[in-house]
Amino acid sequence: MPDLLVIALKLVLVAAGFAVLPLLIGQIEHKAMAHMQGRLGPMYAGGFHGWAQLVADGVKFAQKEDVVPRAADRRIFKLAPAVALVPYLLALIVIPVGPGGQVALDLGPGVFFALAVMGIGVIGAIMAGWASANKYSLLGGMRVAAQLMSYELPMVFAASSAAMAAGTLSLTGIAEQWHWWWLPWQGIGAVVFFTAGLAELRRPPFDMPVADSEIIFGPYTEYGGLRFAFFLLAEYAGILVLCALTTVLFLGGWKGPFLDTELGWLWTLLKVFALAFVVIWLRVSYPRLREDQLQRLAWVYLVPLSLAQLALTGVLKVATA
Amino acid sequence: MQDYFDSYVVVVALLLIGGGIVAGGLTANRLLRPSRLTDEKLTTYECGVDPVGGDWAQSYVRYYVFAYLYVVFAVDAVFLFPWATIFAAPGYGMTTLGEMFVFLGFLAVGLLYAGRKGVLSWV
Repeated sequence: MPDLLVIALKLVLVAAGFAVLPLLIGQIEHKAMAHMQGRLGPMYAGGFHGWAQLVADGVKFAQKEDVVPRAADRRIFKLAPAVALVPYLLALIVIPVGPGGQVALDLGPGVFFALAVMGIGVIGAIMAGWASANKYSLLGGMRVAAQLMSYELPMVFAASSAAMAAGTLSLTGIAEQWHWWWLPWQGIGAVVFFTAGLAELRRPPFDMPVADSEIIFGPYTEYGGLRFAFFLLAEYAGILVLCALTTVLFLGGWKGPFLDTELGWLWTLLKVFALAFVVIWLRVSYPRLREDQLQRLAWVYLVPLSLAQLALTGVLKVATA
Repeated sequence: MQDYFDSYVVVVALLLIGGGIVAGGLTANRLLRPSRLTDEKLTTYECGVDPVGGDWAQSYVRYYVFAYLYVVFAVDAVFLFPWATIFAAPGYGMTTLGEMFVFLGFLAVGLLYAGRKGVLSWV
């Protein structure tokens, strides 16, 4: 029975992390953007640095009216936010925060599982785009689909490069095999993975599908209230999962300067939040890519680069074996 | 085999927790929110004016070539994962590395062909 208790405890921890960490990333985004762009709005509510802004947003979302447009496909429309949100929770289950079983579930094909589940999250946005029965939503949904198809490929190649280097698909196994010289060796793969992941999450500068000034937030046009909040939460949960995966695959996960076993979770969190800050930084710094530039970046640069990374990984691995 | 299914039972348990979180949030929302639907609220939103045109329109689905390309490449990529775990194991080495370059060669030539045909530029 203690086994069951341990599993239950781990699941509770995963759920708690899923509930808290994305909000923390959202809060950091508010404040970092406010500082970088001189925005006054998010710095006001509650006094010190506008700490209450996120709480106010939450209260507002929780009591807003839930409108389903007459023309919408009701069932699919209502289901879409759940499909967008829950996969990121599932992806968290295989991400280790420390060595020796400090993971909710050490799945053999962990990388494969995480990537597959992340892909499902995108389907939620496509469902929303289709079911809204709105021209702008549909356009956005189509762009989401096109973006997924272009960027999934370099992402998968880059991830499998890390799996090749470690000789295992388990995320714990990959982080265990990690040494500092993976940084130069897997550097291209890491950049490709992170960039492609950003595109899959439709984060700026890859936010063409939800471009608010062109297609009024794309697939989410018709959403309001809590369902809209779920889509926003899915975005931040996606950032968390992407940063955690990048950390584990390419940055050594729990490996830090000292006390890897005891403080592994701390090093993991530090790396995750450093990467999350980069995600926010990119949003503030780069203008949105046009749809054709977006496709071009994937097929002309990222796919060939990831193939080159595969070749480099294979040659060095066999040469040193 | 028992272990295999056990680990996915944990995944299903987390899926149920996730469903619970979403359902719980929506139930709380149902208790808190007002519901005063009007005709205008239920209309499809198009920048504040009444919807223009019908629901049947022709458009060029530009990305269908990308969809084809993706399917071809993704099917190849699936084989990469099981291969990645053993390719450097004792007794494989150079042979599997050679095979990998054949594989990469096919992908690269395919991509080059698609590029030369001009399907990689969004018209």
